[in-house]
Amino acid sequence: MAPEGNRNGTFQRTIAALVLDRPGVLARIAGLFRRRGFNIASLAVGRSERPGLSRMTFVVEGPEEVVRHVAAQLDRLIDVVEVRDITEQNIVWRELALIKVKANAGERGEILELANIFRVNVIDIGVESLTMEISGGRQKIDSLIELLRKFGLEEVIRTGRVATLRGTLIEGEKDGLFQSDASRSTYTLPTPTDESGAV
Amino acid sequence: MSRHLTGSQIVCEALLKEGVSVIFGIPGGAILPLYGVLSQYPDLRHILVRHEQGAAHAADGYARSTGTVGVAFATSGPGSTNLITGLATAMMDSVPMVAITGQVGRAAIGTDAFQETDITGATMPVTKHNYLVMRADDLGRTVHEAFHIARTGRPGPVLIDIPKDVFIEMGNYDPDEPIDLPGYKVPGKADEAQVDAAAKLINESERPVILAGHGVVLSRSFDELREFAEKAQIPVITTLLGISSFPENHVLSTGFPGMHGMAYASLALDQADLIINFGSRFDDRIVGDAKRFSVGSKKIHVDIDPAEINKMITVEAPVVGNIKDVFGQLIPKVNKTTHVEWLQHIEHLKAEHPSLRIPETDRLMGQHVVKALSDVTKGQAIITTGVGQHQMWAAQHYQFTNANSWLSSGGLGTMGYEVPSAIGAQVGNPDRLVWSICGDGGFQMTLMELATAVENNLPVKYAILNNNHLGMITQWQAMFYEGDYQAETYTGNPDFVKLAEAYGIKGLRATTQDELEGVIREANAHDGPVVIDFVIEKVDDVYPMIPAGQSVEELIEDPN
Ligand SMILES: Cc1ncc(C[n+]2csc(CCOP(=O)(O)OP(=O)(O)O)c2C)c(N)n1
Ligand SMILES: [Mg+2]
Repeated sequence: MAPEGNRNGTFQRTIAALVLDRPGVLARIAGLFRRRGFNIASLAVGRSERPGLSRMTFVVEGPEEVVRHVAAQLDRLIDVVEVRDITEQNIVWRELALIKVKANAGERGEILELANIFRVNVIDIGVESLTMEISGGRQKIDSLIELLRKFGLEEVIRTGRVATLRGTLIEGEKDGLFQSDASRSTYTLPTPTDESGAV
Repeated sequence: MSRHLTGSQIVCEALLKEGVSVIFGIPGGAILPLYGVLSQYPDLRHILVRHEQGAAHAADGYARSTGTVGVAFATSGPGSTNLITGLATAMMDSVPMVAITGQVGRAAIGTDAFQETDITGATMPVTKHNYLVMRADDLGRTVHEAFHIARTGRPGPVLIDIPKDVFIEMGNYDPDEPIDLPGYKVPGKADEAQVDAAAKLINESERPVILAGHGVVLSRSFDELREFAEKAQIPVITTLLGISSFPENHVLSTGFPGMHGMAYASLALDQADLIINFGSRFDDRIVGDAKRFSVGSKKIHVDIDPAEINKMITVEAPVVGNIKDVFGQLIPKVNKTTHVEWLQHIEHLKAEHPSLRIPETDRLMGQHVVKALSDVTKGQAIITTGVGQHQMWAAQHYQFTNANSWLSSGGLGTMGYEVPSAIGAQVGNPDRLVWSICGDGGFQMTLMELATAVENNLPVKYAILNNNHLGMITQWQAMFYEGDYQAETYTGNPDFVKLAEAYGIKGLRATTQDELEGVIREANAHDGPVVIDFVIEKVDDVYPMIPAGQSVEELIEDPN
């Protein structure tokens, strides 16, 4: 799939935040995005390793000048403890998807073969369908979904992405897909395979 | 040491610990338990207003004029929603305020109970932060957090919503319990490298100007601004809200720029090679068309709020820190210089573009009234305004010589701010002369607070610039809607003198230029509130003007 980044003047940023685990925090953040016209492309929230704090990873879309300021705006919220725009950083990220696909006896073998190649877990097998669990980069998941489409997709449920900075200094797997101004970057947009490790 | 008290008592104890002495408010069912303990706390003076919007604006006027946190009380539902305009006004202008609202009992929350409003939900975008407190044990710490958030960093309003039964519940209050705000950073001194970069630009510049914003006022950096400007001999332009941060009779004072600012100030910004912005957010009324704003200059932006940096205008040298601290860091690093040629050029701009010409006429114009007020009070009064033509004339023609004397809703542009804000300013400054310059429109939005002035014997002087019009609307319809006048004329204004008298207030009227000085002196001499109906010319426009979204190229100095 072609890398996105600039879609009709809309830019994406990946933001990682550490926030207080309190009622209303998500509403404050969502309110800020809504007001500035950002779309939330994906969102993942969960308790962090620190008691009382949650980690959130969002991918937001909006006009470039506006979306560049999103981290600074978020940092203004009292309930946001730490926030980083990791779009141009050296990060690893994953998404999880549950895919329920039609699988009659004749096609089941072929589907399981695919599951094997993609190293995904089959977590439920029914008479007419099976459900698999895949984690990885967005494009790996997209590819699998595309390949499964011909069997008949019953349900696709995807989480938002979760991301973290790499602990190593190895360059090369930056979040290039979300680089908003490629001319300013020192690296080229990655091909689908180096997006998040091999398929 | 922890004490066992009712929620209401905890709130009052915590307010006292925060140094609160005045509260503006109106009671109602959900907040009655709090009012029920006020008699135990005689050091908390409660001023009963007539409308909660008045409570919020009075707290705002008190806060701006004293530099302390203003406090307002309101009940649940309509009481709390009536606060919203006042909270939004304070939010836009970064005014430190704490509003305490009653809420329906905990068990009733979310059931559409009588007088229930989700006020924390409703006020999220117009407060710096807000709280719904569900346990009396959390009240003390929450009040202290709220004051800390309201007054530090970039100040702003904080709302605390308290269910009725939490006021009644017993809880522990430990005044020494530390506040717990891991996500809240308060910038102090700026990074030395940022200061060095700024100092370098300043020392290299030939045509620098200072743009002093509300941040200078909020951080009370009047002396520092003056020391800085005088040391490097840099002209000082203030923003609308920066007015009175620098004495306007000082040679370096260069007016305010933008939509209705002085032409010479807008031109100086445009011709400068360096703009040193202290605590202004490069508001759209100054910047106009961002792409054409002072394209030839480099910019330094000193601001306590990192989110303001590069929001409107991309700058060469950001400096994030408390303005007072940054002045302390910067002043030793800037060279003592003179900028003779540039200052001469500024004088030349002032002479060529006087900007404050009052139309030659025998009739009474709004500008005449403000000029006379400025002369009689020697520029020393506290001035509050509404929004519209009178506000711009006040900003232009009152020559402020005292620091921290200008209270106006710059960001939200709230008509009606003029009446209650003056009450708050007078309560906070009993020894100063407070004049409220009102539009006949704005005055009628909050005039019920005249009763509050009477009850509390507050000698505020209300000058109504009565043009029987929503004057600024008339001007816009003339300029931008081909003179298609709609809904801008008042044909049923009351007799403001009689109205004043109905409140037991001294009412005066002036209809000619000759009467001005006399009525102003008479008002000043009266030791109670006064309302003066200045019957001014119906149609008159404010100039200079840079139409919205334009630049100095489109500046209309004076079409007449
Ligand atoms: C609460 C509110 N409503 C509407 C407006 C829009 N508005 C801006 S100026 C203005 C006219 C103000 O009339 P007046 O108070 O008489 O002042 P004047 O311009 O005549 O001096 C209006 C309606 C506003 N700023 N605030
Ligand atoms: Mg009017």
